[in-house]
Amino acid sequence: MTGPYGLTVNGHRHEIADGWVGESLLFVLRERLGLPGSKNACEEGECGSCTVRLDDQLVCSCLVLAAAAADRSVTTVEGLSASHEADGLLSDVQQAFVDAGAVQCGFCTPGLLMAVDDLLNHYPDPDDLTVREAISGNLCRCTGYGRILDAVDRAASARREAQT
Amino acid sequence: MSAVSTTLVGDRKREAGIGESPPRPDGVPKVTGEFAFSSDLWHDRMLWGGTLRSPHPSARIRSVDIGPAMAMAGVYTVLTHADVPGAATYGLEHPDQPVLAADVVRYEGEPVAIVAADHPETARRALAAIVVDYEITEPLVDPSLAEAAPPIHPDGNLLRRIHLRHGDPAAADRNDLVVVEGTYEVGMQDQAFLGPESGLAVPAEDGGVELYVATQWLHVDRDQVAACLGLDPGLVRLTLAGVGGAFGAREDLSLHVHLCLLALHTGRPVKMVYGREESFHGHVHRHPAKLWYRHHADTDGTLVRVEARLLFDGGSYASSSGAVIANATCFAAGPYRVPSADVEGIVVRTNNPPCGAMRGFGAVQTCMAHEAQMDRLAGALGMDPIELRLHNALTPGDRLITGQVVTGTLPVAEVIRTCAGSPSAATRPDQPMSRPGGAGRTADATHVVRGEALAVGFKNLMFSEGFDDSSEARCELQDGVATITCACAEVGQGFVTLAQQIAREVLSVEEVVLAPVETATIGSAGSTSASRQTWMSGGAVQMACEEVRTTLLVRMAAEYDVPVDDLVLADGRVCSLSGSLDVDLTTATIEPVTADVVHRHAPTFPLDADGQGNAHVSFAVSAHRAIVDVDPDLGLVKVVELTTSQDVGRILNPTQALGQLEGGAAQGLGLAVMEEVQVVDGRIRNASFTDYLVPTALDMPPVRVAALIEQPEPGAPFGAKGIGEPPTISSTAAIVAAVRRATGLDLPRVPVRPADIALADAAPRGAR
Repeated sequence: MTGPYGLTVNGHRHEIADGWVGESLLFVLRERLGLPGSKNACEEGECGSCTVRLDDQLVCSCLVLAAAAADRSVTTVEGLSASHEADGLLSDVQQAFVDAGAVQCGFCTPGLLMAVDDLLNHYPDPDDLTVREAISGNLCRCTGYGRILDAVDRAASARREAQT
Repeated sequence: MSAVSTTLVGDRKREAGIGESPPRPDGVPKVTGEFAFSSDLWHDRMLWGGTLRSPHPSARIRSVDIGPAMAMAGVYTVLTHADVPGAATYGLEHPDQPVLAADVVRYEGEPVAIVAADHPETARRALAAIVVDYEITEPLVDPSLAEAAPPIHPDGNLLRRIHLRHGDPAAADRNDLVVVEGTYEVGMQDQAFLGPESGLAVPAEDGGVELYVATQWLHVDRDQVAACLGLDPGLVRLTLAGVGGAFGAREDLSLHVHLCLLALHTGRPVKMVYGREESFHGHVHRHPAKLWYRHHADTDGTLVRVEARLLFDGGSYASSSGAVIANATCFAAGPYRVPSADVEGIVVRTNNPPCGAMRGFGAVQTCMAHEAQMDRLAGALGMDPIELRLHNALTPGDRLITGQVVTGTLPVAEVIRTCAGSPSAATRPDQPMSRPGGAGRTADATHVVRGEALAVGFKNLMFSEGFDDSSEARCELQDGVATITCACAEVGQGFVTLAQQIAREVLSVEEVVLAPVETATIGSAGSTSASRQTWMSGGAVQMACEEVRTTLLVRMAAEYDVPVDDLVLADGRVCSLSGSLDVDLTTATIEPVTADVVHRHAPTFPLDADGQGNAHVSFAVSAHRAIVDVDPDLGLVKVVELTTSQDVGRILNPTQALGQLEGGAAQGLGLAVMEEVQVVDGRIRNASFTDYLVPTALDMPPVRVAALIEQPEPGAPFGAKGIGEPPTISSTAAIVAAVRRATGLDLPRVPVRPADIALADAAPRGAR
């Protein structure tokens, strides 16, 4: 067991009192904090389904020790919609995924939402290759990516419109 | 109601009804992270399960010492085969697979012992503390030696042989025929669903157990689990937990019995989640296959006879190998008229990883081979390969090589013509990133060669060979809200959307609630596989809703003393055509109306000793055209564009259909150029997503849909055929054919590896 440490997730402060030092951020989010939105598809940093934002950087939360994220700011898929103005509504990226039919089994979806949200924060109008590269660290086994690319287009348009 | 209706209720489109693309009901919870997948479950006082697996593909177990593990703090129990109270073995077709190995292990990764502990790390350490004394034996890893080798299992090494003989065996005994021959090979593919095997078992007060698990078929799981636990099936209650993809890999049991054993022994809820490496060992794979073919044709291209020998490696346990080889054999010649055929399909047991169901189910392997043969034949004839296919294309009324006459729709020529005739949008990539080699930016643009080819795939829909294939659905209409209960496993394909669309279409309701999917409340829906749930469970939902509609109208007619023929359900109201009655559905159904139906498709029959018989109920065909760029220096392939046409019967949800076509093509691309479970001496060498490559967004080209051929299928709900598997079948064959075209190489094996291209002309010379 490791000493108590604090984690700030989606703006909320949590104290981890009795964690084992070897626990990944992914494990602590899912199994200690009741935030299973970040997914456990490979737990070796290859599939992107556990993607979260650590401060302002995208990371695979399976590769980050939870204790190493102490006193930093973690944003998970559960915090995506809350970060948008309209209370209780989906974020632009979430809404686009639903509208475009980009969700099938949905296991890759949380990680992709985080990756696309981050992409659009940096590139409001990305071209096809930029989008493909940005999400190439997120494996999807159901969709073949076609509807996901459509969702990114929709989300990019929505965000640009919202900002003009 | 005795049959599904193949037509719409009226001409007018209903909002969010059939033919529309309403949002899927689980879409919002899946984007917010609230949707509970099987690995997301949590229970008060929950323990963590773990599985000790054999490190050897073949060994005798001399002893297992669980003492050191049991003595560890935080370990609640350690169980071995001796703790299995019921049947020691299970299996989809034959119960030949031990719940926990007793005296022999037959594949690397076979479960030997299980633990329950207070933390996954404690469970891992406990597994490491179990001492197993193995006597290592020589594994049987070459399927061609399996039949002659000493049996590695009491049931023997031959899992199934089918010798299909059709038509005149002497048809090709002429010297004026064009003959082409080839031997092909397909590697072992993994379903690579993203949501790993996982679940939660909770012991119940009545001595039974509740199991929350991701699966494709709850009721067949329940029956196998109950048998192994020695419990009445009613005491084993399964609930579908959120399924993170399936693709065939969840048809067999994995951790189901283990979880229940641990929960029943500890009296505590137990959760288990496989890691990715364990998942590669924890489910069946697509059968690797060696396929020999000889095609005989007249000089005008008319097929005269096809001979084939198909050898599939079933791995250590039977799983669904018997049905897979039946499909491979029945569809070995593709969607072509073949008056004479001799096809021997064999699937054997080895000490390789067990193989079973994966999307395409036997037809993927044969498609790659029969389409290579068609191209080879076209070359020998000096004929255009598309013309050759059109010339031999099956049409309704034709006979398959099983002797079965095609009575439903089968637009083979239409699928080929529309796909081949569709203009390409492919350009030459100007960015190095889009060339073969991708992010490595390795390809010299002046060396890159392009190839284009088309392939056609052919498969049955639903279960075959006389299987009693059914699905049950219940519809309750109350206060204007329809509630649908059906045990159909939603694995991502979107049945939940279709069920709502069907209910809205039939009942003219807005709100359709889907009840939890569980064994305790309704009978089996059959498996979410074989492209069967739209037809089977969609049909069951349609029939249940139609029965509710009829019952309601009869009740209203009696109540208001109007002729029932005068009543219709429209726009959420019960109205009479004469205008005398107009009641909103909410009022009309204060007293609920309920119907429960079991839907069966038309019966099928076993294959006879010659592989002949009406074994299948329906068929589907698809075509893909692939355009590829190849870097011949490094042997790297970039698939530039895929175009497809598919025989769909009728499209119920265009967006979801597109998702199936795109997603299936991606899996086909994977098998063509990158995906292989590499097995050496019975051991998986690449059990990770680092080393087993799944196509990324950079690997996938746009998938262009040239045509969805809508010819409503008799007997299918609204005429809709299943559409899930065909995209995976013809895409692989088209891509490898395009690589052949680009390189001029034979490339008889998929996946095509870089060395197959780059080193094709550089055969090593022996040392001197």
